Amino acid sequence: MTTTTDTPAPETAAGRPLPRLPWNKHLVAIAVLAVLLVPLPLILPSAQASVAVRVLIFALMSIGWNMMSGFGGMFSFGHAAYFGIGAYTSAWLLVEHRASPWIGMLAGMVMAAAFAALIGFLALRYKLRGAYFALATFAFAEMLRLWATNSDFVNRAVGYHVPLRPDSSWWWIQFEPASPNYFWIALGLTVAALVISVQFVRSRAGQFTKAARDDEDAAAAVGIPVMRYKLLTMALSAAITSVAGAFYVQYFLFIDPDLAFGSSVSIQAILPAVIGGVATIWGPVIGAVVMGPLNDVTATVLRNPPPALEFLQGRSGLDVIVYGTLLIIIVLLLPKGIYGTIRQRWSRR
Amino acid sequence: MTTPADQGHAAAGSGGVATLDPDEVRPTRGRTVPWLRIAVIAALVVLAVVLAYVRSGSGVVVVQAMATGVLIGGVYGLIAMGLTLIFGVLDIVNFAHGSFLALALFLTFGLTQAGLHPYLALAVSVPAMFVLGLLVQRGILAGAMGKPLENQLLITLGISLIIENALLLFFGGNPRSVALPGDRGVPIFEAVANLSRILAFVGALILAGLLYLLLQRTRLGTAIRAVAANDTGAQLVGIDTRVIYAVTFALGTACAGAAGTLVAPLVTIEPTTGSLFNIVAFVVVVLGGMGNVVGALVGGLVIGLAEQLGGIYLPGQSPLLSVFIVFVLVLFLRPQGLFGRSA
Repeated sequence: MTTTTDTPAPETAAGRPLPRLPWNKHLVAIAVLAVLLVPLPLILPSAQASVAVRVLIFALMSIGWNMMSGFGGMFSFGHAAYFGIGAYTSAWLLVEHRASPWIGMLAGMVMAAAFAALIGFLALRYKLRGAYFALATFAFAEMLRLWATNSDFVNRAVGYHVPLRPDSSWWWIQFEPASPNYFWIALGLTVAALVISVQFVRSRAGQFTKAARDDEDAAAAVGIPVMRYKLLTMALSAAITSVAGAFYVQYFLFIDPDLAFGSSVSIQAILPAVIGGVATIWGPVIGAVVMGPLNDVTATVLRNPPPALEFLQGRSGLDVIVYGTLLIIIVLLLPKGIYGTIRQRWSRR
Repeated sequence: MTTPADQGHAAAGSGGVATLDPDEVRPTRGRTVPWLRIAVIAALVVLAVVLAYVRSGSGVVVVQAMATGVLIGGVYGLIAMGLTLIFGVLDIVNFAHGSFLALALFLTFGLTQAGLHPYLALAVSVPAMFVLGLLVQRGILAGAMGKPLENQLLITLGISLIIENALLLFFGGNPRSVALPGDRGVPIFEAVANLSRILAFVGALILAGLLYLLLQRTRLGTAIRAVAANDTGAQLVGIDTRVIYAVTFALGTACAGAAGTLVAPLVTIEPTTGSLFNIVAFVVVVLGGMGNVVGALVGGLVIGLAEQLGGIYLPGQSPLLSVFIVFVLVLFLRPQGLFGRSA
């Protein structure tokens, strides 16, 4: 739980004086945060350490989503497609071809980026906007789920188990269950994703993408090739989310079509960014820090419920009810998210 | 309120030509019935049936698929009518629609456990869902009216997560079922359909017809259509748009409730059953043209057929896959829907 106190503190201080171009300050904040978090798994008991890893997976997924839907303004309701492609590509290469998960991760990024570019091309070519765009992304994720569930090529509904190795190995991303290495790998990937998103937003491509988001016609009129930059954004976004999928498989050692492509996965990619703040660098991270532990807290409550709720013992679903309530409250009361609202307050002073 | 309306237009527009809401809500205004379009769709359906016959080589299989498809398609149509009504009037893509249906399923299950006939449960489920719809709209969604589309989408998503998982929490994930007393197979040509399926179809058509009459022939319906067409204008002539928004959402939810009770004897009752219907309803709504109530009914029949015939084309794959293929094709080729007319 130290993450909660660590994350916002350096950032709010960094984001305050110059809201216009605080980019290098973001990078400094990321570096400080990364260094501070390195000893975390050595301090935390192992149960909390696994929560920390889950937080990082959420953050990674949502950083990807935020790039396309926040900075790019293209609301995706189907990021499960990219998460699942990352998970399935690496699992397939590992199980069927004995390829290292690192190679699988890279292959998954390429596959997810290509798939996103394909969907993006079709969606932009046929000018899908708003609800139609969201529904189209949703439909593609669901089609992948249905296809994976009924195809022998990827083991149907059974999915893949990662074969266990006798020894620990960085090359195969496999350690004893409570090893801090998992956390460090996830931290490294998340930091890389954060750096990429900072660099993306301050780059020409990122600025063009934001311009196209805010006024597509104006952007096109000043000569920005809108289509190219939107596709680039989608591909990058998909690649980041696919890394979360590939890591998920190595951490939980198991994947099936619902875990990879289910609509709940898309929701998990959306929620952290919305809770933390859409189209901000730190929103997905803060949202993930809020969401990650909830699961554990509710599970504890349901394992030993208070007397009034005795009948709920051993049931599931409470965590998602809390997510849903949180989502509604945030959208109604803090539409800019936790970090977005705080930043706004600071810059107004 | 201009922003979401504009978005709706932009989304529905094809090649820069915007469709106007009144056309979407009331497509067959007597002026021009799109005969050509109906003929093309009918021809496509016939072609699909012929191809299915060629693929399977068995008449019985095709007739059975058609019977099942059309019968369930009527129910899809009823669900989608509620969804499309909400979209047309409130500009909300309602992800919670399926969860309202699931709620009605469990309500029906509870009432039949208490000894009520499944169809008498309609008398409870429809008013109950109507009231719930009113409460949800006034209590939660009213605060987000006029906000960007994504906000409303996320709120309805939150509502659906809460309802679905509350059902999971209180009832557990075990599948349940409702038995219809006196249910039996009824022969249709060479095929067989369950009586419950036929009654669900008939019930859905009757309710759809009532909803259509309500929209076309009553003061309330006129007001709803007026708000759909132009909410500022409607306000200027003295319509309380807040009431209309709430009533429309409640009507849409009541459609889901009615459909839930009607299909209760046909499906396994689980908290996630509703989301399956929700997916199909989205497809139907887009197919029929967002906001087009009659289109939703026709779209329901087409999707019911597509689902069943798709099972013949793609053996071994889930029937839903063919639904999505139709969906994606429609999204790309005719995003304004089969009947959404450009102004």
